[in-house]
This record gives sequence, C-alpha cells and structure tokens, in this order.
Amino acid sequence: SSREHKLNFRRSKEACLSYIQDAMLQKQWKRAAEFLTFYIESLEKDYSREPIGPSEMIWRIGTEILCHYSHGNMKEFSCFIEQMKTLGIKRYLKVCLEDAFHLLCNGQIDEAYRNLSLAESWRYGEQTAIQDKEMKLVQAYRGLLDYCNWSKQKNILLEHGLDGFADLSVEQEMHRCFQNAAVNLKEIIKIPGVWDLFVKSYVDMLEFYGDHNEAHQVLNEYAYNSKFPANPNAHVYLYQFMKRHGESKKSLISALRILHDIVPSHELMIDFNTMLQKSKKWKKRRLGLEVIFAALDYAGWKENVKAWSCLARQVKQIVVSEKHLDWIKQEWNSRKDWWPAFHYSHYLAKRNWQENKSLSYEKALVAGILLGKDCKYLKYVSHQGCKAQLKKFRMLKKFVNRHNHVYLRIS
Amino acid sequence: ESTSAYSGSVDGSLYAMKNQKGKLRMTMPMTLSFCYMALLWSREPITLSELLRFVVEGHIPYLNVFQHFPEKMQLCGLDLKIFCVESWPVYEEVYNKMLELAVFLDLPRFPDITDSCFLHPDMLCMKYLMEANLPDELHTWTCRVVKKVGIGNVDFLTLVPGNKSTRKVKYDVLAAAVIVVVLKLLFLLDDRYEWLLSDFAEERNKNNKEGGPYFEFKKWYKVIKQSLDVKQKKMDEERAKCLWRCDKPLFYSVKNKSKVLKKRQMVVNLQNQFGKLSGSAQRAEKPNPSSFQLSWSEENTDGCCFHGHSLKGVLQEKCGLLTAMNPDYWLCTVKLCNEKLCGHLAHYREVDFPQSYHFVLRLFSFLLRIQPSYIHDEVCMIEHKLFNKKLYKKLKYNTVLRK
Repeated sequence: SSREHKLNFRRSKEACLSYIQDAMLQKQWKRAAEFLTFYIESLEKDYSREPIGPSEMIWRIGTEILCHYSHGNMKEFSCFIEQMKTLGIKRYLKVCLEDAFHLLCNGQIDEAYRNLSLAESWRYGEQTAIQDKEMKLVQAYRGLLDYCNWSKQKNILLEHGLDGFADLSVEQEMHRCFQNAAVNLKEIIKIPGVWDLFVKSYVDMLEFYGDHNEAHQVLNEYAYNSKFPANPNAHVYLYQFMKRHGESKKSLISALRILHDIVPSHELMIDFNTMLQKSKKWKKRRLGLEVIFAALDYAGWKENVKAWSCLARQVKQIVVSEKHLDWIKQEWNSRKDWWPAFHYSHYLAKRNWQENKSLSYEKALVAGILLGKDCKYLKYVSHQGCKAQLKKFRMLKKFVNRHNHVYLRIS
Repeated sequence: ESTSAYSGSVDGSLYAMKNQKGKLRMTMPMTLSFCYMALLWSREPITLSELLRFVVEGHIPYLNVFQHFPEKMQLCGLDLKIFCVESWPVYEEVYNKMLELAVFLDLPRFPDITDSCFLHPDMLCMKYLMEANLPDELHTWTCRVVKKVGIGNVDFLTLVPGNKSTRKVKYDVLAAAVIVVVLKLLFLLDDRYEWLLSDFAEERNKNNKEGGPYFEFKKWYKVIKQSLDVKQKKMDEERAKCLWRCDKPLFYSVKNKSKVLKKRQMVVNLQNQFGKLSGSAQRAEKPNPSSFQLSWSEENTDGCCFHGHSLKGVLQEKCGLLTAMNPDYWLCTVKLCNEKLCGHLAHYREVDFPQSYHFVLRLFSFLLRIQPSYIHDEVCMIEHKLFNKKLYKKLKYNTVLRK
C-alpha cells in the first residue's frame, strides 16, 4: 500500500481518531488519552457539515477514557463534564443525563440529584423546546430519586413505628417526596416506552397510600395500551398487583394470557398452568395444557421438576378420565418428532437419574403416556427405580402398563 | 486606512476573486518554491525533499508563521486564506511552482550543475547509498549508469527556465531511481533471483576468511526492513499527532475574536487535562535538523552495516571486466506514457510488481517523503534511455531482456 504523503488537517485528524479507536478497543487508555490530546484542536475547525462533530467525539471518547482511567477521580470527571456542557448546547441535556447516570453508578446520589435539579431549571431559547424529550427524562429521573428518598423515609418511619414513636417530620418529608416524585413519574409513563422502574416506583407509592384504583389503572395502561411496546414485565407487574389484592382467578388468568403469548417460557407459566388446570371451564384447562407444553419446549425448562410435575399431573388426569385425549394428541403432534431427542435421550436418562430422581419420575410418567411402555427412557428409569426399591417407580410401571391402550390411541 | 474592511492587507481581497490563468499568486507553498529556487541557484547542498522534510520537522518556519509577525501586522478576514496553513507542502506542487516562478522572473540559465556539485547524481547517489546501508562498491555502478544514460551531463542537469524541450530534473528522485536501476541490474529483483544469489553469497561467506564479507541481499533486507518499519510506524504516529493551531489564533473579524479566544482557552484546558492523564504534558525538545534519517556505523559489531561489504558475490569477470552475474533485466514498462497528457510516464500499482522492487521503492519513498510512483516514473525514464537501442529492435511482447 502506498503511503499517502499528502497530509492536511482533516487527514491527520482522521488518522488521529483511528489511533484513538484502536487504543480504546485494546483498552490502552493512556495511549488513547495521548492521541486525544492531539485531536482536541479539531474544535477550532468548522465541521458543521459532518454528521458527528468533534465536540461530540471528544465528549464520548473523553468520557470513556475518564471512566476507565481517571483513577477514580470524580473531580476530574466533573470538571470535564462541565466543559462538555458548554461545548454543545444542542446536547446539553443529554450530557446532563449521562453525567447523572455516571454519578449514580458511583453512588453519588445527592450529587446526581443536584445536577438533575439544575438541569431542570435550564432554559435556552428554542433549544428548550427542541430538547423537550430529554427534559422529560431529566424530570423523570429526578422523580425517581425523589422516590428513593421517599423509600428511605418510609423505612425510617416503619422502624420508628415499631418503637411506638410517630415522627411527624419524617412523615411530612415523605409526603413531600411523594408529591415531587408522583408529578414527574406520572408524566413520563404517559409517553409510550419502556418505563419499568418508573412504573414500579409510582405504583409502590400509590399502594402505600392506599390509592389502589389509580395504581390498577396505571398498570392496566402500561400493559394494555397498544401504543406502548410489547413488554412482558408490564403484565407481570399487573399480575403481581392483582394477586396482592386478591383479585379473582378470572382477572389473574387474563393478566397472564398475554404474557404466555409474548414469553411462553416465562417462569410464571407454572402459576398460570396451575390456575388453569383447576378451572371448571374446559377451554381454560385446554389452555393450561398448551401453556405447560409450550414452556417445556424451552431448554431452560428441561430440568424443572415443578414444570414436569404440572404436565404429569394434567396428563395423568386426562388419561385416567379418558376424556379429551385428543388434546394430548394435538399437543403431541407437533412435538413427537423432536421431543424424544430433546428430553428423552439415553444420555439424559442417565443424567436425570443421577442428579434428580424426582425429575426422572415425572418425566418418565409423561414419557409413558406419550411414548408408550416401550420407551427407552421409561424403561431405564423404572428399572433403576425398582432396583433401588423405590415404591413409586413400581407404581409408575404398573400405571403405564395399565393405560397403554391410551398411548396407542394417542400415537 | 488602506487596509480593506475584510482584510488586514492591501490586496487581500484580490485573493477572493478567481485567479486569472497564468497569473501567479503568492502562497505559503510558493514561499518554499522561492527558497528552493534560491538554493538551487546558489547550488547549496540541499535537495527539495530535504527542504520539505525540514519544514515538516519544524526547523523552517511555515506553520503558524504569523506568530512571528510584528504587532502592527494584523491578519484578519481574507488574509486567513493565505496564512492559515492546514496542509503540508507537496513536492510536485512546490517544484512546479518553482519552474513557473523562474519563468515569471525571467531568469536566465541557472549556474551549472557540474560533477563536483552536491546535486549531481554521482554525489547524491553516494549519499543515498550510505543512507540506504548499501555497499560503497555500488557507487561505481551508479556512475556507470549515469554516464551511459547521459544524465550526468551538465546541460541535462542545469535548469533553463522556459525551455520546454528539456525534461526538468528532480535531483533527489533521479539519484534514487539510478540506485533502483543498479539494484535491478545486479539483483534482478524478481522475487526469486535476488534470494538465490543471496544464498549463494552466504555459502561463499562461510569460506571467506580474507577481506570483507560478501554482500548478502537477505541480510540487508532484514536489517533495512526492521529499521524502516520502526521509522515508518513512528512517522505515521507523528502525522496523527500533528498540531496545526497555535496559541495565537487567527480570527476572521473583531466580532468573532472573543469567541475564538474562548474556544482556544477550552482547547488548551482539555489538552492539559488529557495531556496530564497520559503523561505527555510537554513534547520533547526538537532534535537538530539532520541530513541523514538513517545512519549506519561500521563500528557496530553486530554486522548491521553493509557499507564495506563486497559485491564479489554477485559479480563475475569477463574479458578483464567485472560484470553482473545476472544476465537478465525486466522493464518496468514497455511503453512510456505521454507525460504532458496524463502527468506521468507510468502508472505504478504495487500489485503489478515484484515485492522486492516495491520494497526498494518503499525505502526511497520514505527517505524522500514522496510517493513510490514518482521514483517509479524516473526508473522508467532511465531504463528507456539505457535500453534504447534494444527497445527499438525488438521483442515487443517479451519484456525480459538479455543484456
């Protein structure tokens, strides 16, 4: 490659940037800082046509370097950030936000709170309107910190409450924090987005003050408003809230229904299946079967005894009643090609037996029904079980033999 | 005041207008053309590539030279276009402007460049051979080529401004090209022969007890490559660390003076902050200008200096004369391009040529701070003069010649 001997301002700064980039990728912070020193004068040149200007580069690169290399010197960092704030007015609030995050990561909550408050009071002509979104975030995070304060006060109050002392000033402080927090948190969760932490905090406060209606409404909005992105957590929060407040099974089930659609492998699927199995309506029981089969499609559930026991219980119940055998057939249809290798390999038979006998039992029971009495997994496990003189494995063998005709009808 | 509102100079506003063809305007690069012209006239022992290297190394004021102007000379507005330097001077540009300048000033034939001048290829070849760590014995060969091709001729070498028929001579590039041609003559440089020859010399060196060792291309290549890679890497980093602005910034008008100064203050603050962090607070003192970028000492016992090595390993006696063992030669190009049309005699692409050839070009490209293609052009020119007769007879499609 021929070396380009022509050198001008732009080319030398491009080269400088690539040295900085290389150094950062290799975590050579000192070297990156060295080259950054030579890049800085780019600020004195007009780069307004470029998509990313030197001021933004310096802010981002400088932040990285200082995070990793300033030897924990927060003063150094804040001095740098203050300069970055004046450098790019169009990014002012963004820089404030990132600064606040950095302070929070370093445990400087009060400092972060102060900075966010300052940022909230910032006004700069038309920029204020342009940076409206960032301003909302600033207010939201300040609200979150207000919630943290509230939480602290609440703990103090509860402690004192146990001692029998009622601290009026603490209560007042708490209430003040609540009001500050509520105003801002309420605003941000109106905007479509993912606001898990904000929603949880707001609901926590509302619940404490007994405003269950408002809390329920907030959670409903968060879960069901189609403008918001699909968020499994929203449904989990709603479910947990309703469970806490003793809502009907019907409501609980409808809360988990969408969760099953979005995240069929969610850990709450066990609760879901348990509720559905007990239902009097056959449609719900049918759904329950679907839910538990779907969960066990996922590798993370392979060794979950609870899940297998749910499936085993339901399948056993169906087999014994000989009603709705077609349900099992339907579920098994799309799985018969791969579940044997996935769950019932010879290797797994040995391993499951070694590690968890309960797991083996439940799996074997299901195997007996889905794959028949000649299933190798079942044979191995029941053989081992009988050898170990475990009664339930003898029972298992008997059960499968007795209901083998069901298997023949399913397959 | 005779200064215009948007410029501190009398005629600064003229520079805003489009330049008429043929008219020369003074620019910063042109000041170097002036210097070089004067140096050439005085036949000083300095080449254009050296002059430009000294500029880049900071020994000659060029970047931010206005710092040294007297207080009264206030630059503003359009003057900035002239004095704000944001690129290093380019050899071709400075050279061509020098020619234009000589014509513009109506200068007569320059003082003769004779064989006792520094700029004569015989002299420059000696310098470059030393710097390239090549055997002194090669100098006989460079002189032979220079003589054969007629480029040692005083009329060829001396500049006559306005004379369109003679090819203008770039002394440094020419000397480097001569050395490249000599290396091709002796070592072929086809990525095979030079290594075979080197192995042969190595064998002979084992039994060689008397006199200097035979020159081994392989050893030389290793030594040079290592040095070159280190220096090149350093140079590349230096280029990335180039600082273009200074503490006395320029500003377009009084209106944006405070803005500019504020920005400068911030730049200085940030530079200090990160400079301290990286421990590179103050740059090391500039070393004195040196004529040699690479130096090799025969006193070193590590065998890294090849000046005294003998070429006997690659030569043979024929009819009382020492000739090269290598019987072949390959031309860089069979047909030369029309320089007036496309500006070059040939178009160099690294992939089209042997790696050894590229290595040698790379070496001189580094020393002279110019593109390898410029040296390649001169090599083509010399080869065509050297093999003139054979080219006319010939084998159009067979580019390997028997000497």
